[in-house]
Amino acid sequence: MDRRLIFALNEARGARRPAILITDIASGDAHIVNEAECADPSLREAIAAALLSGKSGLVEAADKTYFLNVHVPPARLVVIGAVHISQTLAPMARLAGFDVTIIDPRTAFATAERFEGTRLVADWPEDALRTQPLDMFTAVAAVTHDPKIDDHALQAALTANCFYVGALGSRKTHARRIDRLREAGVGDAAIDRIAAPIGLDIGAASPAEIAVAVLAEIIAALRKRTLTQNLGEMAA
Amino acid sequence: MSNGTAIDAGDPLAIAQGWLEAGRQVALATVMETWGSAPRPVGSHLVIDGDGNFEGSVSGGCVEGAVIAEAADVIDSGKPRMLEFGVADETAWQVGLSCGGRIRVYVERID
Repeated sequence: MDRRLIFALNEARGARRPAILITDIASGDAHIVNEAECADPSLREAIAAALLSGKSGLVEAADKTYFLNVHVPPARLVVIGAVHISQTLAPMARLAGFDVTIIDPRTAFATAERFEGTRLVADWPEDALRTQPLDMFTAVAAVTHDPKIDDHALQAALTANCFYVGALGSRKTHARRIDRLREAGVGDAAIDRIAAPIGLDIGAASPAEIAVAVLAEIIAALRKRTLTQNLGEMAA
Repeated sequence: MSNGTAIDAGDPLAIAQGWLEAGRQVALATVMETWGSAPRPVGSHLVIDGDGNFEGSVSGGCVEGAVIAEAADVIDSGKPRMLEFGVADETAWQVGLSCGGRIRVYVERID
């Protein structure tokens, strides 16, 4: 295999872009595709399926055997707000395999003491998200209750097609949020993608219980709905 | 699961790149097929250099020695090959032996 393929694969993985290395195992010839439409027609279906499942494997096509090695970025969770809910959401999400970042410009909230072992960014979301942009393999949960902090992150999450976008607040709070987002030019289809009130309806009462409801909703979006839809559209 | 944007330091493909950039000869071994209870999933890598140094894994340590030996030949010849490892006795894994799986491992030189 040409070393440039290894370099290109590492670059895509570092940039959190999906990539599939396709090897003809008889000849050893290999190439990389990032989406199904760029591939040999006989392989398109297999590539689309591999992007959805994230699973590598051997594929027979046109009398040849190919190995598809699938690299899909690991799921990330960005929590806007270093609040009580985040203190349990962050460690639980980490245990479930998410790469977690908490963003909150309020330094009294975003302290290492309150969030031991979690990546904390004590900055405004508009600044923090410039250095670490969102993507479709990222979930965003906005839980500050403060429009000055939450709204920009929600817009950025919708623009980046994040697989989950959730916002804390009562129906009344969310109605006001919808008004603000519409005024800012966000379309209704995008606004409908916001999970609000946030979290699965399990009757959660305490901050830790709300964190469970939010994490469950994020996992459902990852495994059942939104991410596979996004990838399906990309691969179609 | 690895960190957001950064690739883990122990990642075999990142190590392969570092070795190539340092001018070392490199072979890459990839798990392409598994049956039964294989310890490492399809797509896992072992990277081997011309001196037999290696990183990563294609099994729980059961077959790495054999793969490294084959990798030396592949580095010399430049010809990729498919290796198959496992137990021949079908009954062995019907009774649930933990390492009773079979795997196919592809070994190729990186040029």
